[in-house]
Amino acid sequence: MKKLNKSPDVISFKGTPWLYSGIVKEHFLNPKNFVIKGKPTFKFNGVGMVGSPACGDMMKIWLLIDQKTDRIKKCGWQTFGCASAIASTSVLSVMLVEKGGMKVEKALEISQMDILKRLGGLPSRKIHCSVLGDKALKAAINDYFRNTKQGSRVVAEGSRMIDKVLKITDKDIEDAVLHGAKSFEEVVERTKAGKGDPSCLPLVEELAHFYISKYFPCENCAVKPNR
Amino acid sequence: MEYLNIKPFKTRIYLDNAATTPIDPKVLKVMEPFLKNDFGNPGGMYSFGYEAREAIDHARRIISTHLNCNAGEIIFTGSGTESDNLAIIGTAKANQKYGKHIITTKIEHPAVLETCQALEKAGFDVTYLSVDKNGLIDLKELEKAIKPETILVSIMYANNEIGTIEPIAEAGKIIAKKRNKETGLPYFHTDACQAAGVLSLDVNALGVDMMTLNGSKIYGPKGVGALYLRKNTKIEPLIYGGHQEFGIRAGTENVAGIVGFATALDLAQKSMKTEVPRIKKLRDKLLSGIQKSIKKIIVNGHPTQRLPNNIHISIFDIEGEALVLYLDQMNICTGTGSACSSKMLEASHVLRAISLPHEIIHGSLRLTLGKNTTEKEIEYTVATLAKIVAHLRAMSPINLKYTR
Repeated sequence: MKKLNKSPDVISFKGTPWLYSGIVKEHFLNPKNFVIKGKPTFKFNGVGMVGSPACGDMMKIWLLIDQKTDRIKKCGWQTFGCASAIASTSVLSVMLVEKGGMKVEKALEISQMDILKRLGGLPSRKIHCSVLGDKALKAAINDYFRNTKQGSRVVAEGSRMIDKVLKITDKDIEDAVLHGAKSFEEVVERTKAGKGDPSCLPLVEELAHFYISKYFPCENCAVKPNR
Repeated sequence: MEYLNIKPFKTRIYLDNAATTPIDPKVLKVMEPFLKNDFGNPGGMYSFGYEAREAIDHARRIISTHLNCNAGEIIFTGSGTESDNLAIIGTAKANQKYGKHIITTKIEHPAVLETCQALEKAGFDVTYLSVDKNGLIDLKELEKAIKPETILVSIMYANNEIGTIEPIAEAGKIIAKKRNKETGLPYFHTDACQAAGVLSLDVNALGVDMMTLNGSKIYGPKGVGALYLRKNTKIEPLIYGGHQEFGIRAGTENVAGIVGFATALDLAQKSMKTEVPRIKKLRDKLLSGIQKSIKKIIVNGHPTQRLPNNIHISIFDIEGEALVLYLDQMNICTGTGSACSSKMLEASHVLRAISLPHEIIHGSLRLTLGKNTTEKEIEYTVATLAKIVAHLRAMSPINLKYTR
């Protein structure tokens, strides 16, 4: 494999690095546990799918969970998306099945930050590409709960805590965008995200841009309608 | 990448010639003296300075023969981007008393689009002409858009992404018809960076008042551009200082760059007759190879009215950034319009302007051939691309409906 970045990134005066870490590259170029043509080679008892082709990211996860031990024995996945989306799903699948398999309870606690940490970080503008992994996993585990008549264990899907102090979730940021916030600054103004925990601001900015370009691709783009 | 069962090509296959080109050894050779011993400032009042001045004027004369204009109508700049900025902002500053309306297209290079957006913030009104699904502007829409307050029309000669060639001469006639006889407004500017070496640059036949060119797309040096400025066209400079370039662009001249650029343009325009058919044949071979080996793709841009070295395709069910990075591992350099590859995380404005849906834009790939591209490289690229696409599709959970 060709090594791309031998020396550390030059960080711009705006503080945004660009290149991928060696771990990201390894998982992107040699993805682990991916499923070919939508048919896992193992028996599975949970499937989850999130995302949409129009947004540029879509993920599907298959799980085999041992009911006796409550551990994830096998994990397969498919991803439509860029290098960081592929790498983060691959690394997540490794995290789930290594060392005899992760306990379901622990798997439900996996956050995007855990995936990021294991990947050795991502360029900040690519962070949103790794948001789907934990969501697809949660969906697959819920599917397993339903399939194995453990309905009481089904957990709520979706929101993720961004500002832990003010309890602001990604749903709140999405809502702010849907209700008219057209920039990072406007999102902050509406949600007060970062007021409690300023360290979450880069993530808020990422999410703001992600949702703005997702829902308002034309307002956000260079081309404006004719007058 | 063992499962792909391919080895990287032994040398780099460069298929991103629309981004920039390698420097021609002949060009480098004429530049060399000016980077070494002949370092004189063209503004110097001694023979050593005059020699540098003469080299620049010679470069101006060479370029003017290809543009069918006077040598004194060529302004050297630092890039194509700077030339675009100079044409647009320069016109706006000098002529705002006559009107504040500008017309351009939705598929311009960011050097034009973002400059127009900056002017919008400064109180100018900009009309962005739409294009059809092949990327062509509608001349009737252009005619309707021209108002008495219109001071500038800027339309690119050939699009850098999808390769569509715009009807500049026809647009020039429409603008001439509507032109104010007293002020000469609106001016007509074209960004011809992608057209050099492929199309005629005769400014009179095209009917343009300003034309942007640069060195780095025609096997010349980077960091040098030119703006053709028709006599009596009034623009204000963007860079003030020592009155170089007839007071339009200050700064000590990049003598080596200018000399190299003129040589590159000369070589490009002179070799057009043989190079265009050669590269077109190779391009067609690459495209038909791809079409035979990969299903579910669409070709973007105009089927015939397009740059001879350009292929732009959308490959269903996969994402372009991943594809480009895989190709790079095989020593193939390409480009994509996918949002994930851009710094703004926005899908290409050109692909949106030709009404491609987002899920299809994500899988776009641009391959632009150059004069060093060989048959062997084309064959390897077809085989490798097919394998990588098959791999990424096998990994992809989606199966979009194919409607063409």
